Amino acid sequence: MLEGQVRIPSGCAVSGFINRDRSLTDGSRIIKSIACMHDRSNGLGGGFAAYGIYPEYKDYYALHVFYDNSDVKAECEKFIDKHFDIVNLSKIPVRKTPKIIDEPLIWRYFVKPLPTKLASSQLDEREFTVKCVFKINSYIKGAYVFSCGKNMGAFKAVGYPEDVGEFYRLDEYAGYSWIAHGRYPTNTPGWWGGAHPFCLLDIAVVHNGEISSYDANRREIEMFGYKCNLQTDTEVITYIFDYLVRKTGMNYKEACDVIAAPFWNKIEAMDIKEREYCKYLRRNFDSLLITGPFSLIVGYEGGLIGINDRLKLRSMVVAEKGKTVYMASEECAIRAIESNPDTVYAPKGGQPVIAEAE
Amino acid sequence: MTTYSAVGLSGRDINDIIRRERDDNITFTHVNGQRFIADAMKDKTVTVEGIAGNASGAYMDGGKLIVRGNAQDAIGDTMNGGEIFISGMCGDAAGYAMRGGEIYIGKDVGYRAGIHMKEYGLDKPVLVIGGVAGDYLGEYQAGGLIIVVNTEGVVNPLGDDYATGMHGGKIVVFTDCEPKSLGGARVRGAESGDIDELAAYIDKFCALTSREYDDIVSRAAWIIEPAGRNPYKRLYVNN
Amino acid sequence: MEYIRARFEILRDTDRCNGCGRCVRECASGAHYLDESGRLRASDCKCVDCQRCVETCPTGALKIALNRNTFHPNDNWGDRYVEEIHRQAATGGVLLSSMGNPNPMPSYFDRMLLNASQVTNPPIDPLREPMETKVILGRKDRRITRGSDGKIAPKAVRGLTSDVPLLFSAMSYGSISYNAHAALAMAAKELNTYYNTGEGGLHKDFYRYGDRTIVQVASGRFGVHADYLNAGAAIEIKMGQGAKPGIGGHLPAEKIAGDISATRMIPVGSDAISPAPHHDIYSIEDLRQLVDSLKEATAHAKPIIVKVAAVHNIAAIASGIARSGADIIAIDGYRGGTGAAPTRIRDNVGIPIELALAAVDSRLRDEGIRDNVSLIAGGSIRSSADMIKAIALGADAVYIGTAALCALGCHLCRSCQQGKCSWGIATQNPELTKRLDPEKGAARLVNLVNAWTHEAEEIMGGMGINAIEALRGNRLMLRGIGLNDRELSILGISHAGE
Repeated sequence: MLEGQVRIPSGCAVSGFINRDRSLTDGSRIIKSIACMHDRSNGLGGGFAAYGIYPEYKDYYALHVFYDNSDVKAECEKFIDKHFDIVNLSKIPVRKTPKIIDEPLIWRYFVKPLPTKLASSQLDEREFTVKCVFKINSYIKGAYVFSCGKNMGAFKAVGYPEDVGEFYRLDEYAGYSWIAHGRYPTNTPGWWGGAHPFCLLDIAVVHNGEISSYDANRREIEMFGYKCNLQTDTEVITYIFDYLVRKTGMNYKEACDVIAAPFWNKIEAMDIKEREYCKYLRRNFDSLLITGPFSLIVGYEGGLIGINDRLKLRSMVVAEKGKTVYMASEECAIRAIESNPDTVYAPKGGQPVIAEAE
Repeated sequence: MTTYSAVGLSGRDINDIIRRERDDNITFTHVNGQRFIADAMKDKTVTVEGIAGNASGAYMDGGKLIVRGNAQDAIGDTMNGGEIFISGMCGDAAGYAMRGGEIYIGKDVGYRAGIHMKEYGLDKPVLVIGGVAGDYLGEYQAGGLIIVVNTEGVVNPLGDDYATGMHGGKIVVFTDCEPKSLGGARVRGAESGDIDELAAYIDKFCALTSREYDDIVSRAAWIIEPAGRNPYKRLYVNN
Repeated sequence: MEYIRARFEILRDTDRCNGCGRCVRECASGAHYLDESGRLRASDCKCVDCQRCVETCPTGALKIALNRNTFHPNDNWGDRYVEEIHRQAATGGVLLSSMGNPNPMPSYFDRMLLNASQVTNPPIDPLREPMETKVILGRKDRRITRGSDGKIAPKAVRGLTSDVPLLFSAMSYGSISYNAHAALAMAAKELNTYYNTGEGGLHKDFYRYGDRTIVQVASGRFGVHADYLNAGAAIEIKMGQGAKPGIGGHLPAEKIAGDISATRMIPVGSDAISPAPHHDIYSIEDLRQLVDSLKEATAHAKPIIVKVAAVHNIAAIASGIARSGADIIAIDGYRGGTGAAPTRIRDNVGIPIELALAAVDSRLRDEGIRDNVSLIAGGSIRSSADMIKAIALGADAVYIGTAALCALGCHLCRSCQQGKCSWGIATQNPELTKRLDPEKGAARLVNLVNAWTHEAEEIMGGMGINAIEALRGNRLMLRGIGLNDRELSILGISHAGE
């Protein structure tokens, strides 16, 4: 059974940091962090996302694509070429290692929507790009766009995260913000697309836990044009953030107040202004409340969020050192790369930590 | 009196004005199909110049709705009190389920006028139709009074299948030709007591439409009444 | 010879019977009587098996059994058909029954199983951790507006707010007694949920429960006037009822006594006939007109519920209603109860609530309008498990009618149409209605709903879900058992083991 044909629960490790002054760090640091939580993964999925890594193409969408074979690559490139202006395309460079096997063809395209296509679609540029990505992922069998943001990219594979980082030569990239994930799925996914992070435009999500509201969330979000092809929690969470932020105009804090809305008894005890705000969100967006255990790290252009479910069924530690904010499943993952942080704390359930670049 | 042009106003806007306006006497000109005018109104006099839209005067509980022109469907739906006067003609299901109040229609009315009219205690609805009625007049009528004035003296001003399922109230028709008895209803010639009961309403109709009382009552009047109050009593067997 | 066969036989244990005659006083059907010599006798053919005599007999001397006298066995022409033909041949009448369809049709609730968490995520212990069952029913408003400070300017939350995903469904004063209505009203208030007037109007004594009352507007428009519409928390337009889709109602004159006449605003002695259609609704655009006219009559302050029977084309119908301005759609399945319905209609018209609900929820989502409305499912919700399954299929809440009546003492003898309910529920006979103490009835309803809520919390906790909205439409929590592919696909669920 492939990912997408069946729902595969998994446990996990997450880690991430952001340099709020946008100073750049190469990928070896995040690999070191996630590697120290080795036992939270089982070698069946690892991945990273990095922000600020493509400054020379910062106005172009960077499409990272897996292909099963060269025929499907040709078909997909025809589609991309028809809808986008491709300014650069190349294989994503990898370092062969015996620990990462069965790799698909992995390609990268820097693109901009064709002005004529964009105009006739009457969509904005981002919606146009999303629609094209969904088309490829739903209809071109054997092609899968796993990253499509600007000046950012995801790198993922089946394997332990530290091996995945090595494979993708992340030490050769420099970003101001990095997130990472080690996966512990409950069966053997044959396919790389199921690894985290899950991305849409500039949003990248890594996630630990299995959410119990999955199908309620999925069926809600699919009303708004999203297609949950992979049946993973992370996919639906990514779409929820995209919907709330890009389509309803919320900011990330407000989106967090939807997915981890306070309990009604806590809402009733709030002062009136806060109460009306929380009531409004919970009442009108209740199908996007996420229940069950989760700790999430969400990356986006210029920001990083760490958030737990409201019962706090998963672990999350946050630390700060100078202009850098760290978030991880376990404190050790932070200490591994920052032995002497200024502050270390565990955020409360449902209360997001949002760190944004200056 | 305060006058508003209804151009660009929705039915909801018009009702907001009716609720808000301090003047008890409000006129809307250039009305063209706006719905729900004066719904659930309890006092005030509202005049509509033009075409009153569907369900105007629904749930009315008092006051007056005057339409200088025609009115569409379901006028006075579930009305409880007050008066509606329509100078022209009126669409289907006028006075559906009305329990109180009075509706006067200057000209013809569509299908199913006065359907399921009922009465209770002192509430007794009255529907006066100046012209002729469409089919199913007074279907299931459970109370109240329907008067078909028939100003033009049409031979059969009732349409087909009137008074089906009638189990209360009364229909009065002015026509020179005796209507047939249908279904559960009985037809008889009007007696003087019957006309006395109507006099006040016919007077009002005449005043509103500038007609002569004597012209109307000069025609033969017929009373349609239910044969019983429990028309379906023998329909069922316990199982 | 009328050939009316007794369906039950009354078994009296003469060793236990002390001859007190309580059974004679308790039996509203006249099945127990004293003969000329003062001996207790029973007339089997009058017995409806309401169990009143059994439960009140001080010495436990009575039992009611199915009549052991058998017709010549015939699997095609079962006793019931022969019996019914005899009744109709004797009277020429349309067979009239009450309560829901009792026939052995498939129950989809019984063929769905629920999920629970093991290892990959944790169950939650509802006795010690928060478990939210509160629902808000009505249209959602997702257009964010911001104040000058850039913060979201929250719009006031409107809609029906219930502490439990369960409301008492429409039962009119007339079809049930004053005391039964009083018990429902008191229980709804105590539970922070709602009861529903049905089409019989709102008794003046119950206006004080207005904020916990749904006032119904049915085709007969009985008792409907501006104050009534404004008295309730919401208005329900009754288009149909699961037990008798497509036909109207008929409360015979015998039941239109005193207060019922006043509440319905019709004269004593007159039949109360509800037409089959609303005569101002012959098409979907007319529904919009009635929704809007009710909103105008109440200054847009009340949510509007449109209640429809589950019929073949229910998904398309619901889609139309969701675009009519209605805030809530109530769907009533073919097993729903009734105070009286023609037997043939009750037993043969409509479709199961499970399939209807699944089809409607899926259709509204396919069309992207599920958030325009809330869905209430009714029509034989028998337990907290049925309730949970309905919510997982896509309902926001459920309506219970029959279950509520059972809490009040109903034993489902299905004889409401006779107006002689021994339990004081479906009757207007003052000697019988006083058997139902409204305070005690309300306490039993509260007990029932609280018990169901505890059970629902346990089930949700097992799934690792701590808010009812995360269960709504969460069909992964359901698996079919013994269902074919077609049924599974309509329900939108996988088979057990998949």
